[in-house]
Amino acid sequence: MLAQSAISFANVGQVFRTGTGALEALRGVDMTLQRHEFVAVLGPSGCGKSTLLRLASGLMMPTSGAVEVFGYPVTEPRDDIGIVFQKPTLLPWANVEDNVVFPIRHKTGRVSEQDRVHARAILTKVGLAGFEKRLPAELSGGMQQRVGIARALFMDPDILLMDEPFSALDALTRDEMGFELLRIWEARPKTVMFITHSISEAVLLADRVLVMSERPGRIIEDLPIDLPRPRGFETTNSKVMHDYVSHLRGLLLKRAA
Amino acid sequence: MTMSHTSGASSSSVLPERGADWRRFVVKLLHAPALLPAATFLAILIVWELACRLFAIPSFILPSPTRIVDGFGSIQITRWLDHIWATLRVAMIGYFVSIAVAIPIAVMLTRSAMLSRALYPIIVVIQATPVVAISPIIIVALGSGDAPRVVITFLITFFPLVVSTTTGLLATPPELIELSRSLRAPGMREFTQIRLPFAIPYIFSALKISVTLAVIGAVVAEFVAADKGIGYYIQFSTSMFQVQQAWAGLVVLVALSLVLFQIVTAVQRIWFPWSLPAGRA
Repeated sequence: MLAQSAISFANVGQVFRTGTGALEALRGVDMTLQRHEFVAVLGPSGCGKSTLLRLASGLMMPTSGAVEVFGYPVTEPRDDIGIVFQKPTLLPWANVEDNVVFPIRHKTGRVSEQDRVHARAILTKVGLAGFEKRLPAELSGGMQQRVGIARALFMDPDILLMDEPFSALDALTRDEMGFELLRIWEARPKTVMFITHSISEAVLLADRVLVMSERPGRIIEDLPIDLPRPRGFETTNSKVMHDYVSHLRGLLLKRAA
Repeated sequence: MTMSHTSGASSSSVLPERGADWRRFVVKLLHAPALLPAATFLAILIVWELACRLFAIPSFILPSPTRIVDGFGSIQITRWLDHIWATLRVAMIGYFVSIAVAIPIAVMLTRSAMLSRALYPIIVVIQATPVVAISPIIIVALGSGDAPRVVITFLITFFPLVVSTTTGLLATPPELIELSRSLRAPGMREFTQIRLPFAIPYIFSALKISVTLAVIGAVVAEFVAADKGIGYYIQFSTSMFQVQQAWAGLVVLVALSLVLFQIVTAVQRIWFPWSLPAGRA
């Protein structure tokens, strides 16, 4: 039963020491992500969403409570977790392919021909075939973020942590990227923790939306999204989707008021 | 007025294309990259020459450009090369020693907060010491030969390299450092594969500043004590009131600095084109 959950937080609190005193980012966070579940974490900016992601990745240790991944307490970063950041943060001197193989080069110091074949296959999957030798500066923002996703997928992680990955993109590219992410996820299921401040994005992509309060962040709503998959542009127009969105908007607005 | 206007209009209607071609040629010429600065420079030289002749300015006050050209002929080309080599050698040794010391120090400063607290004030003190003032002391302490001159060049080029490299090493996006940590990569690789390459644009801007400073350092050292070098030649010439020769030396120094600067720029453009601001590659 325990092995079923991919990520679990039990009564997690996080306090940062700053120059001006202590800053309580999270308080009493309880949540569980099942294996291969796509969960969106929705909340206002500065509510500690990104802290949640850093705790799950092992980059940060909680001040109180317990974080477990596949039933084991998180003590350091794990190999089976891939991270996609808000900004693509690619290496400007390396071409697209070299950026995708960067994790293996950085971890082991070597890149085999097999790694490169694998990287090219992933690039094809994210729609960047033919761009392998381009430099990041030659790509649009959306394409750069595709490279960022390809880099996170390169090690074939069981868990994908995404920190507002599409927030810097224009609305149209954003939807497109979301559907593409779903296609990749459906073809090869992974546990996804998707941080966002966009209500419609959260509803459109996720199996479940966790809503966070403003600081100190807590989970104030756990909303399963019962929309059929595969989802696409027609989903955005459905009545059910609309109801979920307005429910969540009401919830967030009420708290903000 | 009316007549000439009409004739102009009629001639352009007879040969409309040639007129447009001519105008396009002028516009093109004005937009040629090197033409405008070259024309400005030439204009300054002409005004200079005319002013010297018209007002009969004595050449020990301001020699005319043609007198300066004469100044080049006062010693043989082999002697010139001797002087240039003496200055260039000191400048380059000092420059490369400075790079070899500054970059590792910048790495240490960014790796350890304690080391940074310990070393940074000393580096600032070194920078606050006027190099011209300390040069005679260094020459007395280290004697003749290249060593004191190299030390002076080192002192003048060191600071921009340390500051810029440190800034560059700290300018790495925090996400990439997190990525590195999430991969549990060896600490050294974070430096060689992420931080150092990210510092390249910063390092090159310091390399460009420092390469011209290196020439200044070598010349300052020659002013204090030397029997060779362009700086020595300038000082020697002025002491003999051969001001046009000193000016010739100055022209050589400017050319030397420009060539060195262009070499550094070319190295960046050829091997690190991605580090240039967008559109300059």
